[in-house]
Amino acid sequence: MISIVLLIVGMAAVTYPVRVSTWLGKGHIPHRLKQALAYVPTAVLTAIVVPTVLFQHDHLALDWRNAQLIGAIVTGLIVWRTRHLLWGIGGGLVVFGVWQWLF
Amino acid sequence: MDNTVSSVPAAATGPAAGFWQGARDTLPMLVGAAPFGVIFGTLASTAGLPVWATMMMSLVVFGGSSQFVAVTLLASGASIPVIVATTFIVNLRHALYSATLMPHVQVISKPLRAFMAWFLTDETFAIVYHKVDSGEPVRVGSYYMGSASAMYSNWQFWTAVGIAIGQSVPGIAGWGLEFAMVATFVGIVVPLLKSRSQVAAALSAGAVALLANGLPYKLGLMAAAFAGIAVGMAVASAEGKPS
Repeated sequence: MISIVLLIVGMAAVTYPVRVSTWLGKGHIPHRLKQALAYVPTAVLTAIVVPTVLFQHDHLALDWRNAQLIGAIVTGLIVWRTRHLLWGIGGGLVVFGVWQWLF
Repeated sequence: MDNTVSSVPAAATGPAAGFWQGARDTLPMLVGAAPFGVIFGTLASTAGLPVWATMMMSLVVFGGSSQFVAVTLLASGASIPVIVATTFIVNLRHALYSATLMPHVQVISKPLRAFMAWFLTDETFAIVYHKVDSGEPVRVGSYYMGSASAMYSNWQFWTAVGIAIGQSVPGIAGWGLEFAMVATFVGIVVPLLKSRSQVAAALSAGAVALLANGLPYKLGLMAAAFAGIAVGMAVASAEGKPS
């Protein structure tokens, strides 16, 4: 309970200052930070997705029976071809569900 | 917000009109955010977050992607410092937004600006920036708060709907719905991979995440994120162009 409050307060405590900083300060951010920010979504989200998808029950599951892997590939392909995020998520979820049911 | 002066002196509308205009222009974003609010609310309980904490997170953090990341990490047993640090990195992009809007909000008093900043999101930034960039006269403060209020109440509402679904559908935790988070992240990353440096960032982050998966408290995530950012920047500077 206390740890959950700490978690949420901690998340807010690192989020709000970032939002308000340039409006209360000098109003610009360093060039290097701006460059680094371009890679944050790619790096962080890939770092979360790859182990989540590839490790199933603490084992590397690099095979076609891995429903998360197949679903993630389907989502990736749909978004790549259509540029439509929600279709990609929906399509991936459907394939993931079917795969889980099959195997 | 009556003392809010527009950045464009000839703003013809009053504060209330500006507020409604901002809310109205945000409507498509509300529809887009709704499913994510529902997914977050539904999955938070399966990740072990109590109802009050799920609602509290939407109320005080109010950052969709960081909330998604937090719930995913919580379910995988990450420690609080790692989740908070990841939240910081994920939400750092907001500095870019407020810096970009700075010339337009400078006329607004600092306390009011400090209040407004609480509600800064990707969507409100996009809507407000589009408006001020168009050169149309607008009361920036009211317009911003109109957009932000719409986003904020929308996010709370759909979070609550998600919680209700998570609570009322028996056995929903076993459906493998956490895959919705994975699919969302994949769908966000794929369109970003349009330059060599972005692909390099993804490959190195993925590789380090796999190699460092055994590290405790999900510290491997931090290592992988920093590796991806560093490699992306290195490749971009080797190519002699930004991003």
